[in-house]
Amino acid sequence: MIGALSLLPFLWFVLTSVKSAGQITAIPPQIMPAFHADFYRSAVSEHGLFRYLANSVIVAGSTTLISIAIGALAAYALTRFRFSWARSCLMLLLAISMFPQISIAGPVWKILSHLGWLNTYQGISAAYVSLSLPLAIWILSTFFRELPYEIEEAALIDGCSRLQALRKVVLPLAAPGLFTAAILVFIHAWNEFFFALIILTNSNLQTLPVGIALFPGEYTMPWGEIAAASTMATLPLVVLTLLFQRRIIRGLSAGAVKG
Amino acid sequence: MAKLAVRNLTKTFGANAVLREISFEVADGEFCVLLGPSGCGKTTLLRLVAGLEEASGGMISLDGQRIDDLPPQKRDVAFVFQSYALYPHMSVYENMAFSLRLRRLPEDGIRQRVREAARLLEIEGQLEQKPQELSGGQRQRVAVGRAIVRQPKIFLFDEPLSNLDASLRASMRVELARLHRRLRATILYITHDQAEAMTLGEKIIVLHEGKIQQLGSSSAIYRRPANPFVGRFVGSPQMNLIEGRLDEKRAVFRSGGLEIDLSEALSEGWEGYAGKALTVGIRPEDLLFAGRDDAWAQAEVEIIEDLGSDRFVHLRCGEMELLARIPAHMAVNRGEVIRLTGKPSRLHLFHQGKRVQ
Repeated sequence: MIGALSLLPFLWFVLTSVKSAGQITAIPPQIMPAFHADFYRSAVSEHGLFRYLANSVIVAGSTTLISIAIGALAAYALTRFRFSWARSCLMLLLAISMFPQISIAGPVWKILSHLGWLNTYQGISAAYVSLSLPLAIWILSTFFRELPYEIEEAALIDGCSRLQALRKVVLPLAAPGLFTAAILVFIHAWNEFFFALIILTNSNLQTLPVGIALFPGEYTMPWGEIAAASTMATLPLVVLTLLFQRRIIRGLSAGAVKG
Repeated sequence: MAKLAVRNLTKTFGANAVLREISFEVADGEFCVLLGPSGCGKTTLLRLVAGLEEASGGMISLDGQRIDDLPPQKRDVAFVFQSYALYPHMSVYENMAFSLRLRRLPEDGIRQRVREAARLLEIEGQLEQKPQELSGGQRQRVAVGRAIVRQPKIFLFDEPLSNLDASLRASMRVELARLHRRLRATILYITHDQAEAMTLGEKIIVLHEGKIQQLGSSSAIYRRPANPFVGRFVGSPQMNLIEGRLDEKRAVFRSGGLEIDLSEALSEGWEGYAGKALTVGIRPEDLLFAGRDDAWAQAEVEIIEDLGSDRFVHLRCGEMELLARIPAHMAVNRGEVIRLTGKPSRLHLFHQGKRVQ
């Protein structure tokens, strides 16, 4: 019931996106759309929807790759080596991730401006990686901790170096964790609005959320195009989640040790 | 295969000394069992040899070459874990081929070695299965197979049978002994099960509180335990240990209502122990029911455990509890008072924690 209620607005703008211009403002409102692709066409041609989409894919994709790569190494070190401060390190990470974004917006902008990274892909990705790393490390360290250490020791004795053991044994077994973390980081980067707004002022580089927000002109409110763009922004996430759902749920480490 | 030598090996965790000055050798092709109760340091010792822990002192060598400063992957040892530690994302075949792939052996050679090991262990039918589809016994075989294919210098076994049920354990035990005879491999095997140690070990090392208590063949350890701990730990049911004192003037041992003539057992030099505290050990099967004259003591039968083949008789002799093992056909009743004796040659005498004689 709650699910249906929360899906209702989504359904409404999906329907809106395929209505004709007249239908949108018709009174009384019409529910069944005419299935026009006009709004998609104009969103692409007049508002540069594909450009925003490509930017979003590049930014969210690179953020995810970097976060998971660094996060996996960090989480591995924090769970496997006998640091007395590993626990406090994780707590510190959690505390850092609690900071409201607005409190670090100024410093982040300043740093990126000094680096000359404003209005660049690496600038926005760096900001996103710093936001999503604590989350990634937390998720991954939980997964690593559940892997029996003996499996890795077996790999070491079988002739693996530490890094080989990580690559050939630990990572394949932690795959569900990697996918979970990757999806969450990706969604976060995909949806992020505030940093994108202040870091990316060049419209050629802007991501979908910022792009869509800037659709309205001074005197116009292009509802149809906004609905079309929003649908296009949502679809990749839905597809990604459905695609990897099976991999996320499957518990790979069953049967490793006695059980 | 190779000869393992351990010299003055020491391991401390903080202020806690887990192993103290351990020295022993395992000859080429020998099956050596490290036996001890849990917490005696035997797993730590095995992990030190494998390179999974770093020693605090001493040295380990294989075929005269020092290995204690090498990482595990350079030591050429195989380790069979108590939990098997199979790679869950790989098939049985891949599990066994993994180490060979790392060494970049040709695919033909890998296939041949894995098939051979699988045939030896009778898991040919399971090669394509994943570990979670296997029974405990089969997983155990895969873990052993993973070690065999590598043809390592030495096999290290960490209580490999303790996760199996009793009947499977007994049959795997025999199979391991057979496997050892076929491969003539150097094996260091740890267990807390004395029966396992007795049946498998050509050499047994009894470890307790981080120190070697005794080292020798299973029969030597059973017949001549070096101290009361070994006496009690090896052999089932446990040896009776009787604390008492030797008479000042004669070679007679007394404890409560019990009196044993030790003139034969301590034929020479009993005077050195005159009036001193002694511990007499006697195995349940060596405790005999006596006639009127030569009895050591009288005891009341408290409980009789009938095992079919023989009986365990729990006896009370004043403050003391004793256990005797008698043939099943011998008549004895609860509450009966009987006389006890034994052969002097079967007595184990200890003074201040060390064997006398």
